[in-house]
Amino acid sequence: MRMKLTIVLGSLLAFPAHAAELQLDIEIPTLKVAEYHRPYVAVFVEGVDQKAVANLAVWYQNKDTNEGHGTKWLPDLRQWWRRSGRTLDVPVDGVTGPTRPAGKHALRFDARNPELRALAPGRYTLVVEAAREVGGRELLKLPFDWPAKAPQTVRAQGKTELGAVALAVKP
Amino acid sequence: MKHTLSLAFAIGALLPLSASAHKMWLQPSQTVIAGESPWITVDAAVSNDLFYFNHVPLRLDNLAITAPDGSAGKAQNPATGKYRSVFDVELVQQGTWRIAIVNDGLNASWEEAGKPKRWRGNAATFATEVPAGADKLSVTQSVNRVETFVTNGAPNDTALKPSGRGLELVPVTHPTDLVAGEPATFRMLADGKPAAALELEIIRGGTRYRNAQDEARITTDADGRFSITWPEAGMYWLEATLQDDKPSATQASKRRLAYVATLEVLPQ
Repeated sequence: MRMKLTIVLGSLLAFPAHAAELQLDIEIPTLKVAEYHRPYVAVFVEGVDQKAVANLAVWYQNKDTNEGHGTKWLPDLRQWWRRSGRTLDVPVDGVTGPTRPAGKHALRFDARNPELRALAPGRYTLVVEAAREVGGRELLKLPFDWPAKAPQTVRAQGKTELGAVALAVKP
Repeated sequence: MKHTLSLAFAIGALLPLSASAHKMWLQPSQTVIAGESPWITVDAAVSNDLFYFNHVPLRLDNLAITAPDGSAGKAQNPATGKYRSVFDVELVQQGTWRIAIVNDGLNASWEEAGKPKRWRGNAATFATEVPAGADKLSVTQSVNRVETFVTNGAPNDTALKPSGRGLELVPVTHPTDLVAGEPATFRMLADGKPAAALELEIIRGGTRYRNAQDEARITTDADGRFSITWPEAGMYWLEATLQDDKPSATQASKRRLAYVATLEVLPQ
């Protein structure tokens, strides 16, 4: 009996119940405008020196239109473009994707994510930047520690191009 | 004023009229862009107000476009109208493009039988057209550069390598990486050497909608360096002129160098 228990426990220790993860809920507000375009959104992590250290999500128009290729407007995500986007070869598997409609979007990134895995322990800021065609640009910053020793929840509220953004960091 | 004279001379060589100090400038449709081969368009004009077309066009005769790999770029659809010239550039490479109009030559004046004579040309034509030993011969080296910079994707420095002729701006801060509220540092060179104690004038565009020029006057240090913290976003015009008796051209006894750059400062 004792032997069996040991084996079972051993298996449990080899695979932790859950890995450290970031849970990000982003709300894209419903806007009543005559000409509505889904916003371009970049979610990235910056260090204390404000240098971008990880790209988590970039939503942009993946299809070509007669206005041009969707990448043309990536520089409208000004901070992201300057800190990371302009040296990035898009699309990036697991990071870039099409624009999303108004509503709540839940994103999950765990410690196995290649961008997060490379982060040294420390204080970081999660940045959510949104830019909308014939609309505005808004940027929200959510500070967090990685890895988290205890669960953290950080919230920010956008006023124009973003709605409620909530970051939960689980150790 | 030193500033007025040198510009007037440079303009006098380009246009048939006015000796007053107008501003020459290029204005690109944007300086930060992305894409495989995106296009930009550039306006070129001479005016007093920034950036309004209300005087004469800047002629495109000596337009020099440098691609991010250092090779020569191409202007397309050039046109010169009443108040401005315009041309398109297809940014076929990633990196920083340098777009400039450079007038590099010699000005000479002398007297023939008591009558004043004026001449403008280059080293080659000088030898054949200017009489050696002419009466009251005075030769000035004149280099006038009006330029701007556009970056497709990530910025680089290859096109920004100084030519060593005239006044030039060398990046410490990259000229297409300018943000409101952040400081930028540049170095000025004169004929390839650091231009110390050089005075620059920097003016933000939109002069029509305010009551003063709000110009910044900055002087370079012994290494030709200067810094500016941009007060707000916008298109900025930067000018420097230098006049002295240290020409690099052997035919000349003096030099008049002028430099204008259009820099775009983006918001945070």
